[in-house]
This record gives sequence, C-alpha cells and structure tokens, in this order.
Amino acid sequence: MAAAASHQQQHRHPKRRRLALALTTSPTPDAAPPLDALADELLFLSFALASRACHAAESRHRRAVRPLRADLLPAALARYPCATRLDLSLCARVPDAALSSSSCSASASAIRAVDLSRSRGFGAAGVAALTSSCPELADLDLSNGVDLGDAAAAEVARAKGLRRLSLARWKPLTDMGLGCVAVGCAELRQLSLKWCLGVTDLGIQLLALKCRKLTSLDISYTMITKDSFPAIMKLPNLQELTLVGCIGIDDDALCSLEKECSKSLQVLDLSQCQNITDVGVSSIMKSVPSLLELDLSFCCPVTPSMVRSFQKIPKLRTLKLEGCKFMADGLKAIGTSCVSLRELSLSKCCGVTDTELSFTMSRLKNLLKLDITCCRNITDVSLEAITSSCTSLISLRMESCSRVSSNALQLIGKHCSHLEELDLTDSDLDDEGLKALARRSKLSSLKIGICLKISDEGLTHIGRSCPKLRDIDLYRCGGLSDDGIIQIAQGCPMLESINLSYCTEITDRSLISLSKCTKLNTLEIRGCPMITSTGLSEIAMGCRLLSKLDIKKCFEINDVGMLYLSQFSHSLRQINLSYCSVTDIGLLSLSSISGLQNMTIVHLAGITPNGLTATLMLCGCLTKVKLHEAFKSMVPPHMIKNVEARGCVFQWIDKPFKVEMEPCDVWKQQSQDVLVR
Amino acid sequence: MDLSQNHIHNQSAANLYYQFGSDNSFPGLGTQQQFPPFTSPFGASPSTNIPHMDWNPATMLDNLTFIEEKIRQVKDVIHTMVDSGGQLSCHQGEIAQKKQVVNADLTCLIVQLISTAGSLLPSLKNSSFLRHPAAGHMDMANHVGPSSGLVPNAMTVSEENKEDMCSPEDYEELFKGWTDGTIKEGIEIGNVLVEEQDMKDGDEGKDGENLPPGSCELLQLEKDEILAPHTHFCSICGKGFKRDANLRMHMRGHGDEYKSPAALAKPPRDASAEHELVKRYSCPFVSCKRNKLHKNFQPLKTILCVKNHYKRSHCEKSYTCSRCHTKKFSVMADLKTHEKHCGRDKWLCSCGTSFSRKDKLFAHVALFQGHTPALPSEEPKTCSDQISHAGSHQESTKVPNSMGSSFMWGASSGDNNALDIKGFDGCNDDFLSTANFGSFNLSFGPADGFTGEPSGGSFSMLPSEHFQSA
Repeated sequence: MAAAASHQQQHRHPKRRRLALALTTSPTPDAAPPLDALADELLFLSFALASRACHAAESRHRRAVRPLRADLLPAALARYPCATRLDLSLCARVPDAALSSSSCSASASAIRAVDLSRSRGFGAAGVAALTSSCPELADLDLSNGVDLGDAAAAEVARAKGLRRLSLARWKPLTDMGLGCVAVGCAELRQLSLKWCLGVTDLGIQLLALKCRKLTSLDISYTMITKDSFPAIMKLPNLQELTLVGCIGIDDDALCSLEKECSKSLQVLDLSQCQNITDVGVSSIMKSVPSLLELDLSFCCPVTPSMVRSFQKIPKLRTLKLEGCKFMADGLKAIGTSCVSLRELSLSKCCGVTDTELSFTMSRLKNLLKLDITCCRNITDVSLEAITSSCTSLISLRMESCSRVSSNALQLIGKHCSHLEELDLTDSDLDDEGLKALARRSKLSSLKIGICLKISDEGLTHIGRSCPKLRDIDLYRCGGLSDDGIIQIAQGCPMLESINLSYCTEITDRSLISLSKCTKLNTLEIRGCPMITSTGLSEIAMGCRLLSKLDIKKCFEINDVGMLYLSQFSHSLRQINLSYCSVTDIGLLSLSSISGLQNMTIVHLAGITPNGLTATLMLCGCLTKVKLHEAFKSMVPPHMIKNVEARGCVFQWIDKPFKVEMEPCDVWKQQSQDVLVR
Repeated sequence: MDLSQNHIHNQSAANLYYQFGSDNSFPGLGTQQQFPPFTSPFGASPSTNIPHMDWNPATMLDNLTFIEEKIRQVKDVIHTMVDSGGQLSCHQGEIAQKKQVVNADLTCLIVQLISTAGSLLPSLKNSSFLRHPAAGHMDMANHVGPSSGLVPNAMTVSEENKEDMCSPEDYEELFKGWTDGTIKEGIEIGNVLVEEQDMKDGDEGKDGENLPPGSCELLQLEKDEILAPHTHFCSICGKGFKRDANLRMHMRGHGDEYKSPAALAKPPRDASAEHELVKRYSCPFVSCKRNKLHKNFQPLKTILCVKNHYKRSHCEKSYTCSRCHTKKFSVMADLKTHEKHCGRDKWLCSCGTSFSRKDKLFAHVALFQGHTPALPSEEPKTCSDQISHAGSHQESTKVPNSMGSSFMWGASSGDNNALDIKGFDGCNDDFLSTANFGSFNLSFGPADGFTGEPSGGSFSMLPSEHFQSA
C-alpha cells in the first residue's frame, strides 16, 4: 500500500526472495524499533510478506501511510491501524466517496495529519467526512484546493483540534469561510491563506481575534490592507508572518503600528510588497524588537537610513534583500548596523560594488550563509574580503559572478573550512580551484555547472576527499569524461542527485559506476548522446530510489532501458523521454511504475497515438504530462478528458524538432552575449 | 362672549386631550387661553361661517349602544380570563391573545368615544351662545367626511351625525354620561383596568410634583394612551391625526381663519416655553429600564420614543413580514424597513441572525463566543458535486489507426468509455497482476489501475492551471 512498496514483481524475484528470508530470521514481531532501520520498500516487500507474524508487526509498526490510489484508502487504513499520518500526495484525484468510505473504518480515528495538497476531486462533502471521522486531526494540508470554498471551510472548522492548516490557493474562499475556520479552530498554531484572493480584512481581523494562539500566519498574495495589519501584529504569540506580494500593505500600514506591538514576532517576510518603501520598513522596526529573520526581497530600494533602523532589531540573524537596489552606502550600513547577521542574501541586487561589499563583509565575521548570485560587478577584491573575514561560512552561492577570476576562487577552498554548500555555476572555476575545495570534506552540495575549465582531474580531487557529497551539478561541463564521474561515483556513496546534462562525452561507463550510489534519486543526463539503454539499465537495477530521471536527447536509449526501469525503478515519479528512441512498447512498460506522476514525451519518433493513449490510461497516478501539440488531435478527446478527470494536467508543447546541440563553449558565449545586450 | 363658558369648554377639551397624552401640542392648555388653532373655535364670533356639527340624539344613542355592546364583549373576555387564570391551566399564549383582543377592543372604544364626543363638542359650544343651530350651518360631516377617509371610525360617526340636533341639556347630560361612562367602563371592565386607570390619575398628578429638582419634567403615559393610534385630535370634529401638521392642514377645512399662514405655521415656541423644563418620558411598564421606578432609569425623550419603545418592548409583535414569514414586529415602521431589505440579508450567523452587511455580521461574530458565520444553504456545491458527464457526451473521434499499432481501441465505437481493455489485460497479465497475500488484498499495477478508474459518471473538467506536479 505504501508508495515505496508498490510492486509485487519483486518478491518473485529470486534475489528478493533470499533477502526476504534473511530478514525474517532477525526481528521479532515485538521489536518495533528495529523496523525503523529498514527502508520502507524492504519493510513492505520483504519483511511484511514473509509471514503472518511479520505482516502483523509491520501493520502495527507503520505510522505514515501514503497510498497510491484513493480507492484503496479504507483498506490501507484498516491494515495500518496505528497510522497517524495520511499522505495522499500520490493520489491526484481523491473523490468524495473515497474520503467518506475511509471514514467508515474505525482506524481513521487515530489519524492526526492528512496531506491532500496534491489531490483534487474532493469537495465539501469529502472534507466533512474527513473531519468527522478523524477527531484527533491536528494537521491538515488542503493547499491547491482551487475549487474549494466557504462550504469546505465550514467543514474544516469542525476539526476543533486543528493546529496546522493550509488553505493555500483556495480561490473561492471568502471571509465567511475563513470566519468559520477562525471560530471553529481556536487551537490553530499555523495557518496558510496564501493566494486566497477572496479573503479581506474583515476575515483576517476576525481570525486575529479568535485564534489567539497563532504562531505562524501566511497571508501572501491576499488583499489585506492596513485595516487588519495592526490586528495581526497584536497576536500575542505570532512568531512568523509571511506577507509576500501583499500589495495592500503600504507605508501607511507599516507606520500605523504602535511601538513594540509584536514582541513575539521572529520572522517577517515582506518580499514583493511593491507598495512599501524604506520609510515604511524603517518605521516597522520599532514594533518588532525580537525579529530574527527579515525578508525584503524585491521590495524597496535599500537606503542607509533604512538599514540603520535595523539597529532596533539587534537579534536579526537573517536578512534577505534579493533583487533590491542599493542606494549610496546602503550596503555599507549593513556592515555597521547588522553585526549579528548569520545569513545574508544579496542575490540579483543592483548596485553591489566591490568597495561596499568588501567593507560589509569585513564587519560580518559571523556570517554563515551568503548569497551573491548574479552580483555581476564584484571581482576578486570582494571575494578576498569574503574569504578572509567570513571563515565560518557554510553556504556560499555566487552563480554568475563571472568577473571573479579562477585564482580568487581558489581562496574559497583555502579559507572557508566549514563550507557545506557551494554554488559556483557559470564561473571561472578550474581544476586548481577544485583541488583547493577538496580539503573541505564537509561539502555536501556542489554546483559547478557551466564551468568549462574543469576537467576529470579536478573532479578526482573532489571524489577523493568529499565523501559527504549529496548533490553535484555538472551541467554543461564540456570538459568532463567518464573518468571524473567514476571518481565521484566511487568517492561519494551518499550521492543523491547528479546532473550531467550536456556533458556530451559521458558514456555508459559513468552510469554503471553511478549505479553503485544506492541513494541516488535524481539523475539528469539530458543531451548525453553516447548513453545507451545498457547504462540506464544498470542505474535502474542499482539505484532503486531513483525518482527523477531526465534522459531527453539521449538518442540511443530505447525500449530496453524502459523495460528495466519498469521492472526496478518503482520509486520513479518523473521522467523526461523526449527525443529518445523509445517506442510504444517501452512507453507502455513504464505504466507498470504505479507512482509515475510526471511525463514529458515530446518528439519521440516511435510513439503512436494508440500507444500513447494506452499508456496514459494505464498510468493511474499521472498528474502532469507534456506532449507534442501534434498529438492533441490524434489522441481521442474523450481519452484526454478521462485522464484529466483523474487529476492529470496536459501541457501541449509546440517546439520544433531540433537534434543538433551546440558545444558548451558556444552555448556559454551565446548566454553571455545575451547578458551584454 | 361668554368667557367662563368658553373656559369650561376649554377645560373639557383639555381633559379630552390630556387623556390622550398629547402633551406636546397642549403644554399649558388650562392656563393659556389664546392658543391659536385650538382656542379660536371657541372664541370665534358666531357670525363667521364655521360649519357646525348637526347633532342627532338618536345617532348618539346608537353610538352609545354600540359602545355598550363593545364593553360587554370586552367584559366577557376579561371574565373568561379571570376564570381561567384561577385554574392556572390556561396557556400563556391564550392569555396573550386575549389581552390583545381586549387591547384592540379598548382602543376601538376609545376612538368611538372620542369621535362621539367630538361630534358633540361643537354643537354643545354652539348651543351655548346660539340657542338654535343656524340652518345654514350644515353638518360638518359633509365637509369633513370626504377628507377624513383616513380615519374610518371618526368618519362613520360623523356621517351618522348628519341629522339634526338636540337641546344643550341633553348634550351636557350626554357629555357627563360619557365621562362617567369611561370611569364606569374602567371599573366594570375589571380590576386590571381600574388599577391602570387609578395609576394614570395618580401619575398624572404626580408627574408635575415629582420632578427632580431643576432637571426635567417627567411624564408617564399610560399603556392605552401609548397604544392609541392618534395623538392629535381636531377640536371641532374630533378627527384624530398622527401628526400635528396633518391636524393643522385638516383645520383649514373648518374655516378660512385656519388658513392664515400663522395658523398653518408650526405653533410658535413661546418665549416662556424656552424657560420650561425639558420633557422626559417614563415607560408605564414597571421593572422596565425606561420606567421611572427602575434604579437605572433612563428616560425617553419624545412621545414617539415612548410609543416605539413600548410597542417594541412590551407588546406582542403582531406584524409579520410577508416575505420571510418569520420576522415579526410590533411597530409597523420596523416591518416596512425590514421588508425593504428582507431577502437581501445574506449575511447569516449560526445563531440565526441575519445581517445586511458583512461587517455587521463579523462584528457580531467577533462579539459573541461560539457564534460563527453561517453559509446560505443554497450555496453552489463544490466541484465534485457538479461533475459534468464529459465522457459520456463526447462525440467519437476517429483515431488514426494507420500507425501500425498493436492495440485496437474501442475509440471509434459507440460507447466511448467502454474502452476495449480486455486485450490489454491479457497482454499485460504476466507482470501486471493483482497480488493476494494473507487476508489482505493488495491491489497494485496498471491492470487494477484501469479498472479502478472513475467511470463515466465522475468525470469533470478540471482547470489546468495551478496544479503543480512533483
């Protein structure tokens, strides 16, 4: 029933059976804790099926249930009576009937958390069934209920014990529904009303009056104005307030607050509030003395006076100023006023210059995270200041800082000994820089896409000394070949995600070595024309957790690769098959991957409308399918409607068929030409 | 001119008006002789052609018989009330109903009496200085009748009075009888009424004396006065009006002297009136906050306030909204106001209260613990209930079969949803089977995935936007 445990094929597989036998000998049915050590898949497929006792033990053990199909919900709940968490994110369509039938089973009464954020098809009746059958319900995620409105909200309000609730994107929701929730769920701690465009000040005011225990409130993209703003800020326990894109919040609203009116507030997100200026921001600082995090991204120009007002919030740790324009000395003021900063984001900011940035960095010695993505004017001077003063950095993101030289990039490796996350995409990084980085054994995420100067030698250093690496991005690193990848695969057993797109020299050897990385869940090998089904089949057999696969423009991959995937990769959720040599047979075989949600099937010469239709009908969990526009007329419309009725969204692509790929250097040059223009 | 006689008439008129509590209009009638619109009929020269009411004792007798009859009816009702009250088995509602009947009957009686007395007054006055009625002074009913259509009681009486007159002694006797009659009536009707009558007399006496020093004049009107439909009465014909302005307009019909701008203007505020104490009113209902005996007494400011307050708070709500048939009002104006908005009050609270404005509802919900906004029951249901039968009404489209497919679909056949999946099941059977283990039937795989598909009835067109895939 669980997502991971989806297929029956495997217990017939001889290897599987041996494993199952081996496992039955060890744990007794009572030994619940040891079960935690097992992966879900093993637990279900091998352990639970071994004997009745083990089956019962597994039934009692499982706390979280993630069904693949909504119609099996009652059976799932009956089997796992101790389950407290019900995750329906794999069921694109959950009809009211499924929710009401599941409510019949007595076992639902233990459920405390339900996630319906990715499901559709249910209405107020389904919500009513859910809330009436789960008296313990404390956590309910109903995000993306674009059709749900006041009636459903009134049903939600019956869950008196709710502590966490998300109603994001409930477009038909009005103050009436919110009022019901506010009155009904007085215990609410966290509430998201993001994109609830029908909600106005009246509803928010009532909410602030009735739900006094709220600690976290997200009212992004709503139309609230200064009328309800003071009421929100006076919530006694509010710690986190998210106001992204609230165009009704202006300087007036911010200035209307009294002094120290929200002593509990720790996180304030005002990003994309287009109608506020530095005056308003300066004014609100007096009201929020305990603030720890402030997000002013894409909000207003940063002036020195505004930054000086940050002195009123001495505990400020995180400051996000993405996309802001720095007025004269604004950045310098950060260095003098916000000495306690741990995290600073200046991504895509205008007006970040070497002198100001290096001044600021020399003051912020405690900085742990720095994001200077797309600060294109900074040079080696800034980087020297960063690396020399902020030696405790654990995260540095500087994508597209293309004026920093490769020599300066070596400084990162030399000085930042705690670095865990590094983004040097589109930089001048070379093997020497990688060699310097190799001393940083804590590195877990390394993004060095579009670094044309790096070669296998540099990667070898990384592979040898970064055993904790989980995520590596080598997008369009044209200088790489199999040897470098093999070094990574051997040296980084924790690898979860690798992007080798457009590394055109890569062959099956890389994939064979990567198949030893059993934790790999994301593999992107788009535009690697030398890869064949052989490599993919090794990945399929070795990396059982693979959930995201991009093999677009791997022209050699054919049905054989798909057959292997269908046999082994039962965690697969997302696949891009465009331009492959897959035919109807390969496509149809994919339909046995029951959790497959997202497919991109464009420009596949071997696919016929019939095969496509059959696949679409058989993949019951599909939520999004990208197809070439030409198929729109060839697939029977009622089939499309049928699939759409299950919760799938079609996207029709109309791109021309284009096989040839530019070499990486040409591509990079083109991308920089665009920048200059 | 016989001033003393005039004074007597004035007194009787004052009594009459006083009884009906129009304190506003007649502030100091007893002392102020020259109050234009009301004193002039009595002080006017007989040579002016005032139309005098012709008076017929037979008609008067008829009227009184009618009144007697009415009183008997009322008495009967009250007797039954007394009897059943003794048994303690009477229903509350029944009593209330009977009270209402009594109320209505008494009101009717009062109106009748006034009308009758009103027809008597001018003749009486007339006869006092003109021993015989002038032949040219025809019945005023001819003049007033048409214009008094608003007040049916008054009109019927005055029209009955077309016939000719009687001797003044009779009038006086009758008038006496009338006043006695009211008192007698009160005694006869029952203890309740007598008590009230007594209270009234007492209160009227007290009102002047019990004034809190230097603040205001406190008046308490009686229940009957409050419930009387009219407060302004024509001193000539007795016709009742709700507004003084309407009475003034009416007075024009009684002669040209009433047409002067001065007469038509609002009664001028006397200089002395300025020094007069502000009037405040007390509700006759004991234990009401508006009653002067209440410890947190809050006086009412005008007679209208008294009337509306008394009806709203202490009377049966007898006007039912013709639209919703649920809301009831005791003041007609409230009903009218409500009916204007009835059905448009779409903002409902769980307690059943409805509001015309959302902010009013939210203020209400904010104020009361446990109240929650209620959704109108006819709200359109959400998507799942409005599923369109998209699949079943689709015209079949031809599928290009020329692609060398190994699968044949029933797409171009008649039943679109009955997809020919059999062959499919067969060909996938090897690796797409249903697994059965233990008692638990775990069904996976595409074969099941298909059979578990929503059938034709549950297709809906879902909006394609905003749904993010993993």
